[in-house]
Amino acid sequence: MGRILLCLCCLAASLGAHAGEVLVAVAANFTAPMKEIAASFEGATGHRARLAFGSTGKLYAQIRNGAPFEVLLAADSETPAQLEALGLTVAGTRSSYAIGRLALWSPDPARVDAAGRVLADGSIRRLALANPQLAPYGRAAEQTLRALGLWQSLRARLVLAESISQSYQFIASGNVPLGFVALSQIVRGGALQSGSAWRVPDDLFGPLRQDLVLLRPGEHSPAAAALLRFMASPDAHRVLRDYGYEVPR
Amino acid sequence: MPELTLAPEDWQAIALTAKLAAVTLSILFVIGVPLAWWLARTRSRLGSLVSALVAVPLVLPPTVLGFYLLVLLGPQGPVGRLTEALGLGLLPFSFPGLVVASTLFSLPFVVQPLQATFSAIGERMLEVAATLGAGPFDTFWHVVLPLSRPGLLSAAVLGFAHTLGEFGVVLMIGGNIPGRTQVLSIAIYNRVEAFEYAHAHLLAGGLLAFSFVALLALQFINRAGVGAPGMLRGGA
Repeated sequence: MGRILLCLCCLAASLGAHAGEVLVAVAANFTAPMKEIAASFEGATGHRARLAFGSTGKLYAQIRNGAPFEVLLAADSETPAQLEALGLTVAGTRSSYAIGRLALWSPDPARVDAAGRVLADGSIRRLALANPQLAPYGRAAEQTLRALGLWQSLRARLVLAESISQSYQFIASGNVPLGFVALSQIVRGGALQSGSAWRVPDDLFGPLRQDLVLLRPGEHSPAAAALLRFMASPDAHRVLRDYGYEVPR
Repeated sequence: MPELTLAPEDWQAIALTAKLAAVTLSILFVIGVPLAWWLARTRSRLGSLVSALVAVPLVLPPTVLGFYLLVLLGPQGPVGRLTEALGLGLLPFSFPGLVVASTLFSLPFVVQPLQATFSAIGERMLEVAATLGAGPFDTFWHVVLPLSRPGLLSAAVLGFAHTLGEFGVVLMIGGNIPGRTQVLSIAIYNRVEAFEYAHAHLLAGGLLAFSFVALLALQFINRAGVGAPGMLRGGA
């Protein structure tokens, strides 16, 4: 009851501007952090964020075909740029809201060493990663293996997932002993949740910038504008770090 | 261990799914029964063409079908332009859009069992009815439909269950919008993407149990139907 009252007070205090609703298309790999960010956004501004999750490629197809989304949080930087080129966004609203980190992970606490030497020791029979042609994290994993000079030797042992979520599921279910995942999938509160992992250094792959953009249907929405501002706030940044993302700039 | 109960958004998804399955099934019967009857009786080549068309959703991957529907019903698509010109607005990302997509996608699951059942009714039965002075509609209503009870039941359960579990098409055409187009299968996907596996298991388990009970009930009812020769009493 006390909590409800407190929420009501916060809401009342922030209702100076009209409380509105914003419909946000969110890349599936950002589901968990965005749920937290949306909750604190609602607490801080009184606006409500309605979240629709999907793979960035599907969201792109839907936006091109008239989806009513007001804001897009993509898993890459290319998709918002393409939508901008098509004139489906509000000019000058594109920016990075998070930078992803790549990790080599195994649920077995003794499998992956802190320097990632396991990749080169010849013991790997199967290695999971997202399909480099479909997913930004897959491309980063390929770049990493190429930078280490291991792409050719490991190529026949790769198990390609259709998304970074599927890569995680392949490994977590024990079907593939180790593989590349997003750091955000295995880290909470800045600490590894289970197993063993190697955080891949940034200089081995191109930056995994996740960009957002204001879409046409959200052009005049105060709630959409408020969400764009909130994504760059310390509250949002705290959630990002908690999930192993880097804060842009 | 956090307590595990269904959130309001889960109930919303369950209600939406039940509504979608019920509306879709009603439309499927209105379209499917006459269509299957025609397919079972016609000898024209058009019949083969329509049969093949009805079966296409069985072959196409759901996301592919969903993508084509999205383009077809979208603002640049021919159907989208038509619905806009008629003042109906655009179908994608709305409940009516989900109904249209689910109807197309589940059509073979209703038409095929019905067609098989209707085909199994011999010409003789229809001729006898006609000799006794029954008109075509009369015959259909009082002879064909009662004889087809197991087929109608199979079609209903398959159509309903298939609509409940569908994912790829509704995700594409619906856009995963909470309260509007977020059905149960998509709610499960969201829970998995959010690492809320316990919650995902709960929803998936519920869906599985419900579908299993529905299919089991169908088996019992069908068996009871076969065991009762009383069904043919009227004709014998």
